[in-house]
Amino acid sequence: MDKSIALQLKNINKTFGEVVANKNVNIELYRGEILSLLGENGSGKTTLMNMISGIYFPDSGEILVDGKPVVIRSPKDAFALKIGMIHQHFKLVDVFTAADNIILGEKINLPSFKEQKKQIKEEEKDKNKQNLKLFALPFKRFSSRLKFNYLNRNRGKKIEEIAKKYGFEVDLKKKIYDMSVSEKQTVEIIKVLYRGADILILDEPTAVLTPQEIDKLFAVLRRMRDDGKSIIIITHKLNEVMAISDRVAVLRKGEHIATVKTSETNASELTNMMVGHKTELNIERSEPENPVDRLVVKELTVTNRDGIKVVNNVSFTARSGEILGIAGIAGSGQRELLEAIAGLQKTSGGDIIYYDPNKEGEEVDLMQKTPVEIRDLGVRLSFVPEDRLGMGLVGNMDLIDNMMLRSYQKGHSLFVDRKNPKELAEHIVKDLEVVTPGVKTPVRKLSGGNVQKVLVGREIAAAPTVLMAAYPVRGLDINSSYTIYHLLNQQKEKGVAVIYVGEDLDVLIELCDRILVLCAGKISGIVDGRGAKKEEIGLLMTANESGEESEGGPEKIAAAPEKTKAEKIKEMFDVATKKFIVKAAVKKKKKEVKK
Amino acid sequence: MLVFIKSAIRFATIFLFGSTGETITEKSGHLNLGTPGIMCLGALGGCIGASLYMESLGINAEIINQTEQVAAAAANINGFAAILLCILFAMIFAGAGGLIYGFLTITLRCNQNVTGLAITTFGAGITNFFINYVDRSGFNYLAAKFTAPISGSDDWFSTIFLSHGALVYTAIVLALVVAFVFKKTRVGLNLTAIGENPATADAAGINVTGYKYTSCVLGGAIAGLGGLFYIMDYLYGSWEYAMEDLGWLAVALVIFSVWKPNWGILGSILFGAFYIMPSYVDVSFAAKELIKMVPYVATILILIFTSILNRRESQPPAALGLSYFREER
Repeated sequence: MDKSIALQLKNINKTFGEVVANKNVNIELYRGEILSLLGENGSGKTTLMNMISGIYFPDSGEILVDGKPVVIRSPKDAFALKIGMIHQHFKLVDVFTAADNIILGEKINLPSFKEQKKQIKEEEKDKNKQNLKLFALPFKRFSSRLKFNYLNRNRGKKIEEIAKKYGFEVDLKKKIYDMSVSEKQTVEIIKVLYRGADILILDEPTAVLTPQEIDKLFAVLRRMRDDGKSIIIITHKLNEVMAISDRVAVLRKGEHIATVKTSETNASELTNMMVGHKTELNIERSEPENPVDRLVVKELTVTNRDGIKVVNNVSFTARSGEILGIAGIAGSGQRELLEAIAGLQKTSGGDIIYYDPNKEGEEVDLMQKTPVEIRDLGVRLSFVPEDRLGMGLVGNMDLIDNMMLRSYQKGHSLFVDRKNPKELAEHIVKDLEVVTPGVKTPVRKLSGGNVQKVLVGREIAAAPTVLMAAYPVRGLDINSSYTIYHLLNQQKEKGVAVIYVGEDLDVLIELCDRILVLCAGKISGIVDGRGAKKEEIGLLMTANESGEESEGGPEKIAAAPEKTKAEKIKEMFDVATKKFIVKAAVKKKKKEVKK
Repeated sequence: MLVFIKSAIRFATIFLFGSTGETITEKSGHLNLGTPGIMCLGALGGCIGASLYMESLGINAEIINQTEQVAAAAANINGFAAILLCILFAMIFAGAGGLIYGFLTITLRCNQNVTGLAITTFGAGITNFFINYVDRSGFNYLAAKFTAPISGSDDWFSTIFLSHGALVYTAIVLALVVAFVFKKTRVGLNLTAIGENPATADAAGINVTGYKYTSCVLGGAIAGLGGLFYIMDYLYGSWEYAMEDLGWLAVALVIFSVWKPNWGILGSILFGAFYIMPSYVDVSFAAKELIKMVPYVATILILIFTSILNRRESQPPAALGLSYFREER
């Protein structure tokens, strides 16, 4: 391996508002190596890479390419420095062929006018023809400057050479919309190589691939490494890290923890680095008071448009007066699971049974019911969606109108009732300390934390019996987060069954009574929040689903003594890593499909 | 029958200019519903250009009644120069309309539909108001230059293919050139990429704003030629208030031709044929109005058909109607 440094990051800092995305990150990348960037969600991996590829600009710090300090302000600058990034969401034009996409926006460097003149004079001996060509030259140059030139017929040649060199299999004449995800990714990689990139950054390239496709991708990456290219691969799958990378850099909460050689480490050490030691958050947590089963989900399966099971055979029980946490890597099926319960997602199998406390625990089947029907049955599901301004609130409407979204269908008057929503809005602003100029301010003008308070406030005001909150503290500062935790706890004490989907394991452990861990749409374990260890949950989040079936149902796992279970899973995981059985987690957001 | 085909082709030119211009604009992701108004502006511009030219020959409203003097002056009309001047003026006026639209939708990122409709109202209104103040005396002499056919003989070939004025051929050649540029050149590739996915085009280093402005202005200018043709060739220099309706048909033709100007040539002739058919067939008034409706119905059918077919190539540009803002991710 050539040991010269290709890329060096020195003391990189980046903050978004009050949120620190990267803090004093120091990473170096050598020529001809594959570096894995490992970290939980929100640990700043993608932000860091976006700074190298010119999408963000670091607040402070230095980026050195080949030992020289550089300034990268746009993707163009990055290309000029031979840095290419393959984003999670592909930047391809659907109706173009692969070849068209690869050459799109390519700069053609023409030799100078004098040189071309000289060339013609040398090449053409016939005096008349020479004069004719000299006459046509300015026009030709003008038209190619305008890019009016006919597309080069053998443009495929150079692309094919690259494809052959690294062993890509791609049909250049195929349209992008006809391609599978893996083919699209191949096109993206070729595009970056075609532009002459020496440093490649891949943002979670394996998330959307099948195991066979991952094998192929890794083979290609190894070939590129042997060719002297430097590759950074962002991932949070430990087995892949062990399989592909030469070195691993671990990020945690924006900070660079360590860079280690893959050969000198193992999965459990990396997990510890990734999740870190437990930090005390001092979130109050009361004991659940006589919990009763409120919501029972049995073998629920949700299949998405691509025919992939995003929620696979999930069974659990949410009890009253208890907070059930849901942990998992982003896109493990949390969103779909909650949406299925709220009636927003079509399910392909299973049961959701709700025990109505107002009717002495009468059983109600929530399957195959629309959100409105679920509400009319007296079932109160308050859903705080991930995408607050997209699904929860209407950004351009003021607080009162947003309150009315829940109530305008009630009442028998010809006109809508604005009085009660106004009182409710004022009540929420006062109680939850929402910072707003008034209740008539459009919601989109409020800050993230205040928007969230308004949304949670409205959902709580509906006096729910089951409250579901997906990432309610995402993008919020500490104080707002604590307000939200407090609200959830209040609800719990009132006997509401709270389901909380979170990212931060520390919070989950301190807040929740039980934590359900999802991995690739399946439950990989349910642990008790009071005795849980971060490492244990971290392992469950990244665990392979193989072997989980033998446990015999998730409820049993929860009942089993904790230490042995954690060890068991660790063992299994290590074995799995050694065998390198790569199982792809399904990660496909609706947005991407739309685009 | 021959005369009918000839008239259909002639009438089609109005749509063809309009739809070619509109296609260019739409390819960049901008739905310019201002096309009818921009075509009106083109008519106004052409009219002003023609008036200036006639003035330079000494023909104006004061001497228009002295027939012999006018005829003598009109003999000096240089057809080529006159047509070129009119084209230039029409393109400048219509291009200005396109520029206003472009500034509002590209730089200020206004809603494209609303802006387009506003431009239509604006263009049609301003034209109908000012065109009456333009000195249109002697335009019938000038119009003769516009309509001058290549060959006057009346065998079927000449009647259908050689009996038209210069602008008819300009429209067809222009449509073919634009189709070629879309399909075969780098500039067409870039433009299509912008209409499909501006973020991708931007990331690939293409000047998105520049392309969008160029396509809006150029698209407007070409659409404006439709207005010029309408007033100088089709109406022989007079003016009727029907321009706006024809402009809407041009917009419909873009959909009908599935964003391909070469198909637009055939489509425009078809539209033209249906539009003028009522004058050539002997049916009741109601039936005539029904025949006039056919192009609109055909457009709806084409929309239904392409949706069912679901071929990605025959869909509108994916980013049509959406403003692009780089920092918005």
